[in-house]
Amino acid sequence: MSAPTVTGAPVKDPERKRDNGSGWFTVDGRMLALLGVLVAICVVGYVTRPDAFLTQSNISTMLRLAAAIGVVSVGMTFVIIGGGIDLSVGSIVALCSVWMTTLATQSYGPGVMILCAVAVGAGCGLVNGLLIAYGRMVPFIATLAMYVSARGLAERISNGQTQVVRETGFTTPLRGSLLGVPVLIWIFAAVVLIGWIVLQRTTFGRRTLAVGGNPEAARLAGIDVRRHTALLYVIAGVCCGIAAILVVARTTSGASTNGQLYELDAIAAVVIGGTLLAGGRGSLVGTLIGVLIFTVVGNVFTLNNLETDIQNIAKGAIIVVAVLFQSLRVRRTRAASGRPAGVPTPAA
Amino acid sequence: MTTERPLLRMTGIVKTFPGVRALDGVDIEVRAAEVHCLLGQNGAGKSTLIKVLAGAHQPDSGVIELRGEPVTLSSPSAALRAGVATMYQELDLVPWLSVAENVFLGAERSRFGFSRRRSTRAVARELLGRLGHPEIDPAAPVAALPPAAQQLVSMARALAHEASIIVMDEPTAALAGDEVENLFRVIGDLTADGVSVVYISHRLEEIRRIGHRVTVLKDGRTVATDLDARATPTRELTSLMTGRVLEGAFPDRAEPAGDLEPLLRVEGLTRHGEFAGVTFDVRPGEVLGIAGLVGSGRSEVLETVAGARRPDAGTITVDGRRLRPGSVPAAVRAGVGLAPEERKSQGLVLGMSVTHNLTLATLRRFAGAGLVRHREELRAARALTEKLQLRPADPRRLVRTLSGGNQQKVVVGRWLLRDARVLLLDEPTRGVDVGARAEMYRLIRELADSGVAVVVVSSEVPEVLGLADRVLVMREGHVIGEAAAGDLTEADVLDMVMEGSVAVTEESLP
Repeated sequence: MSAPTVTGAPVKDPERKRDNGSGWFTVDGRMLALLGVLVAICVVGYVTRPDAFLTQSNISTMLRLAAAIGVVSVGMTFVIIGGGIDLSVGSIVALCSVWMTTLATQSYGPGVMILCAVAVGAGCGLVNGLLIAYGRMVPFIATLAMYVSARGLAERISNGQTQVVRETGFTTPLRGSLLGVPVLIWIFAAVVLIGWIVLQRTTFGRRTLAVGGNPEAARLAGIDVRRHTALLYVIAGVCCGIAAILVVARTTSGASTNGQLYELDAIAAVVIGGTLLAGGRGSLVGTLIGVLIFTVVGNVFTLNNLETDIQNIAKGAIIVVAVLFQSLRVRRTRAASGRPAGVPTPAA
Repeated sequence: MTTERPLLRMTGIVKTFPGVRALDGVDIEVRAAEVHCLLGQNGAGKSTLIKVLAGAHQPDSGVIELRGEPVTLSSPSAALRAGVATMYQELDLVPWLSVAENVFLGAERSRFGFSRRRSTRAVARELLGRLGHPEIDPAAPVAALPPAAQQLVSMARALAHEASIIVMDEPTAALAGDEVENLFRVIGDLTADGVSVVYISHRLEEIRRIGHRVTVLKDGRTVATDLDARATPTRELTSLMTGRVLEGAFPDRAEPAGDLEPLLRVEGLTRHGEFAGVTFDVRPGEVLGIAGLVGSGRSEVLETVAGARRPDAGTITVDGRRLRPGSVPAAVRAGVGLAPEERKSQGLVLGMSVTHNLTLATLRRFAGAGLVRHREELRAARALTEKLQLRPADPRRLVRTLSGGNQQKVVVGRWLLRDARVLLLDEPTRGVDVGARAEMYRLIRELADSGVAVVVVSSEVPEVLGLADRVLVMREGHVIGEAAAGDLTEADVLDMVMEGSVAVTEESLP
């Protein structure tokens, strides 16, 4: 819910009774609050480690770490807005990273490696999408099956070994910089920007909101809901393929242990970002801020030599607070939007 | 007979909802061991009355007496304790619990907090036996039973509470022929045991078979009571139910469309178990009304024409071209638009703005290379908002915040934007207030005058007659009558809907 106006006319309505997303700028109370949280965490980081936190190398490290999970979260945002869920993203990242780094794939050069990652991701997403949209399986179950089997396949292909990338044609450009910014971060930014344009500005994005908001109404308006749903999972799969490229470039290796718990991090980032888990509403800007909040929290804790267990407790607390805050807001908006929901309509 | 003290007496019952006076002084008397039938059109107040009796609604005024004692039925459980059990149209059973558990739902038999399964099952078996169905296994989950058996479970629940009055709201709606026979036998046994049944049905032949007396409601009032269920002529009953004041003026009809070629032609359309052999056509500029009860197949026919359901047989032709069956996109491309029965769950994406709901079927027109041109989209929505006289006239508002009438306009507006040539409107004025109703009627007529072929389904007979040029009457999945709206009276249509007397023309002959 970006709050947007198309004409640039001022939005006078504090209740957010209006539009739900179609403008260039996102000025919205919730986004500001999220941004505030991010800034607050950054302040904590700066105060506790003034020497290390705001250095160029630390920021670059954070963003490079955030890149893979961020790209996965973009795909997850589409799936969740469309009324689904994808538990298999982490396993798909692992499978893509392994498949693109086998000796055979590497022998064809960097172009094929990249193509392979994207194709494998799209293929896994397509299987998810077909099972859910045409096989009428519950998304939770279909992607749970993919979660288990994609990682299994990754282990089988890699034989449980870490596959080192020797193809310098792949690693050198991807690990380099462009205009002083690491290429990995450029890719991350590009995916977020493209995702944002697709969601906010295209017919596909609009249909995603409609399909997630009320599939039956979308169907009766002539939208091919099943095909659209399947495509959303393909998008999520492609994002996993891109994330795998980022992971492989960063670690110069592919392994079946990549992408562990990505699904949970991505879902958490999406939900913190204000996307309704029930579908129909959501924001990629929110997702981006959600990803950054998690990354910065992790970084601040690490800089202060705090253990990961404490990090995890803090992350859990952030999720709870963010979601509580949002559901409160939704309730207030509902209450303010006039007609009570349950006015009985007498019929005899 | 008249000296007999009634088991139940309700006098002067009034119940208002915001904006509606649903019950406006209802009087009814039910004697012990009788089947008392409640008749009335849609909106006459039957459902509200039985909800008052079931303790689900509290009356604003009026007196309820049971066995001569005034009572307050403050909640459904209070009503059950007083001996009034209600069987709603949608069965209120928990599907994955067993038959016995459902029978004792809310009154579980337990000892020290542990449920007494054995005695629960034994009593349930005995009750089902009393209802003539000892073969229903009390341990079986309710979901595994056919509808008729589920209804018996519901009835066993009423018996378990030792109800002296059982209210049945259209109990035969979900039943096949032989199951209806069994229901009637059970009702006979119940009354022989001294239990009273308040029976609601639109089917006159049922009322004549099992009913003793009839009370007729209209506009929330009792218009006749103590009628003999068997001897009262049909004409008398239907004329009591008709003449309802339906607010909202109907616009004048245009000249008959004459000999134009039909725009929509439906031939032999069939979906097993829903409707069969439905044939009709609509010319451009014509409004065809379909009258029929809920469950007569009217909504299913509309959804099938719109491609949302796949027909088992029959053809749909728009402007001479056959439509691909079971495809909404194909129907939309051919110019067919459906405003479905359930506005909120089927028609609108409530969390989106008016604009986005309006353009849902037309997005491509406002997009270049997949990118939506928002300015243009908003401009089109603005123009439409004005034309539809949407209030508030802000196309950026969330559609959720609009009133029912304005929401309905958005659903219809979507197809206006698409320049639909065939418009299918299912209950276009349900939940719409009086003012918006008149506007909706005017809009429908304007659309027809501009050459659109309109089909309107409505439960309100006066609405169908006032709005349509031609009327189709459906009953149990079949078209049983068709005539020009001007040649029909409300009572004619009601007769057909309720009794299935096929030919109006015969009845109107001297």
